[in-house]
Formats: sequence, structure tokens, C-alpha cells
Amino acid sequence: MIYPVDISTQPVWTILSNIMDPEVPVLSILDLGIVRKVTVNDDDVEVVITPTYTGCPAMDMISASVRMELLAAGYKNVSVLQVLSPAWTTEWMSEQGKKKLKEYGIAPPNPLQQVCHHDLFMNDEAIQCPHCESWHTRLISEFGSTACKSLYQCKDCQEPFDYFKCH
Amino acid sequence: MSLLNYSLSLADSTLLLGQRNSEWCGHGPVLEQDIAITNISLDLIGQARNFYQYAAIIRNDGSTEDTLAYLRDAREFRNLLLVELPNGDWGSTILRQFFFSNYQHLLYTKLQQSNDEQLAAIAAKALKEVTYHLRWSSEWVIRLGDGTAESHRRMNDALQELWPYTGEMFIPVPFEKEIANKQTAPDPGSLKDAWMEKTAEIFHAATLDLPGNVFMHTGGKEGNHTEHIGFVLAEMQFLQRAYPGAEW
Repeated sequence: MIYPVDISTQPVWTILSNIMDPEVPVLSILDLGIVRKVTVNDDDVEVVITPTYTGCPAMDMISASVRMELLAAGYKNVSVLQVLSPAWTTEWMSEQGKKKLKEYGIAPPNPLQQVCHHDLFMNDEAIQCPHCESWHTRLISEFGSTACKSLYQCKDCQEPFDYFKCH
Repeated sequence: MSLLNYSLSLADSTLLLGQRNSEWCGHGPVLEQDIAITNISLDLIGQARNFYQYAAIIRNDGSTEDTLAYLRDAREFRNLLLVELPNGDWGSTILRQFFFSNYQHLLYTKLQQSNDEQLAAIAAKALKEVTYHLRWSSEWVIRLGDGTAESHRRMNDALQELWPYTGEMFIPVPFEKEIANKQTAPDPGSLKDAWMEKTAEIFHAATLDLPGNVFMHTGGKEGNHTEHIGFVLAEMQFLQRAYPGAEW
């Protein structure tokens, strides 16, 4: 069976793939998995995005960037809609995005199921050091430099590093 | 009307606790925990924004999230009294966060099933964050309660101070009863047993005793506040009052 593909949205997806997350500038908003839907009608575009965390201060800036880039590309009416449901999860991050994170020095999120538990004083399962690839690391704080990261340290190379925590 | 009041009530409680916690910015006991409590602030203020945005849509009178947060006076705020109290020391801040996160975790778990799509979406989104808050604050209650003689004494003092403000979470006001009857939100009273159970579990590990029955302060959800709210609003609303409409 052949499914129709809406090729009219392809140029928009290409533009979006070049818009970076202002707080983790190696990740595009597509790598992050926050673009949920694109609708194109001649010169009108609607882009639906969802926040990573409720209080993420980058969302307004991302909305503005999407608008500006699409207007610059010649679309006349651009609307950027923020939706909450279904809630974003790190499972939506692309494999390419995870690779880029690691190269940037941030440990990418582990697969979801193993981590988000309630047990007190239990560490997440091993997080790999993005610098020396050792699994011998320790959690310093569950809350890090941005809402989406926690702080770890490698016990082998001693380097502290951010972990993009599972969510 | 009950949906509006309910949304405002959730917005006001999360905003005020976010504001109170943010007072720790630059003053936390150690850098990592300073960052933790301010991260929690950010999440709470994000939740408040979602509830205010929704309330503004319901009001449909030109209100925005900003006018609702910055241009209403104390009597119009519907937050729990617990969250407007001054921070006290680190132990007191932690204990309040634990009480509130414990409550939020139960509330949002049920609110995800709301027949109101937007409340359900906000709750499902926020629940993931609250899970982190509950875990973090539980660990700190245990660490400090079962810590040194000094930290244990301080946690006990905080407990005596804060406990009489915990009952309000579970005593419904008319708009909460109304919205519970419509299956839009859980009856606050239905959360109490699970909340007590979790609190007892953490207190046991923290070597803290559950207080007996004491008088519980109420009124916040209906606009009758403690003297402290005036001070926190004065600081939080100053800029918009002095320079109306100011933006970044």
C-alpha cells in the first residue's frame, strides 16, 4: 500500500532542522523531539511544539526563532502553537541528537524505563562519562545547570559532567 | 466559575512557593542545593504559568498570565497558607517542600484523569517534575531529621511551626467541592490518607514524630491570608505596579 506523503511540509522541516536549542546549542529542535506537527497551506504555516520542562525558559526563544526563520524563508502567516499533551519525553530525542550530545560533553539520556523510580537514596543506573567513556561515575546532584540536566562526576578521569536526565 | 477559581488556586499556590523558594537563590547552604531549590522554583513557576494562561482563557476579559500574577491583590489570591509563610531556615524550607510535593504528587496523579483536557495535560506534564521534587525533599527530610542533634532539633521546630498549615490542603472549599462533583478534579479530602501514609513513612526514617491532632489554619483558598502574603506580593509585584506593562 502506498501512503500519500505531504511533500509541501518538507521545506519547513528542513528549516526547522537548522534551529538550535539555545541552551544546548548542538541540538536542533528536531533532535530534541519538541516539534510535534507542521501544517502548510500555501503561504501559511503552523508549527506545533511542546516544552521539555514546564518552566523551560528556552521555549519563548524557540518560538520566536521558528517564526523568524520561516518568515525569512518567505512564508507569510506563521503561527507557533505550544501544546502540553502528550508530555515530552527524552524517548523522543533522535539517535543523532544523542550522539551530538555526547560529543559536546553531555551524557545523553538513558532509555526511560530503567530510571524514573521513587526509591530514595538510589542512584540511577550507570551513566557513562562522555569524556573517557568510563561507567564508573557518581551523581553529584539531581538538579543541574538547566532543568533538563543533572550533575555527575567521573571517578576515573575526575571530570564533572552534565547528564541529560531521563524524563 | 468553579473551574476558574480552581485554576487560579493551583496557579497561586505554585507561584507563591516558586517565589519563596527563589529567595534562596545565591543563599543556599551549598552550591548544588542552591541550584536544586531554584530549579524547583523554575518548575513551580512554569506550572503557575500554565494554570494562569488557562485561567486567562476562561476569564476571556483581556486578562493575561501576567495581569493575574502581578495585578491581583492579597484578598484575590487563592493559595494555601502554607506556601506564603516565610522560608525560615533550610530545614523549614525543605519540610514545607516535602509537604507540598507529597500533596502535589497525589493531586496531579488524579488530575491527569480529569475530564477537563487542559487540566489533565498540565497535570500529566508537571507530574514528572514533581516526582523529582518529592524524591529530593524526602531525602533531605530524612538526612536532616536523622542527622545531627542540631539538625534534628531544627526539623522538629519547623514541624511544630508548619504542621498546623498542612490540614488546609485536604479541607475543601465550595469551589473545590463543586469541581469535584463534576469529576473535573479529585476531592481534596480523598488525598489525605495517602498523604499521611507517605509522611509517616518518611518521618519514620527521619526519626521525627507525627504530631497529634492540632488546630488547622484555613482561609487561604478563599482569600483570607496570613500577614505574610502582603510582604511577598509587595516584592513580587513591585515592578509591574511601579512600571505597568514593563517587559524584558
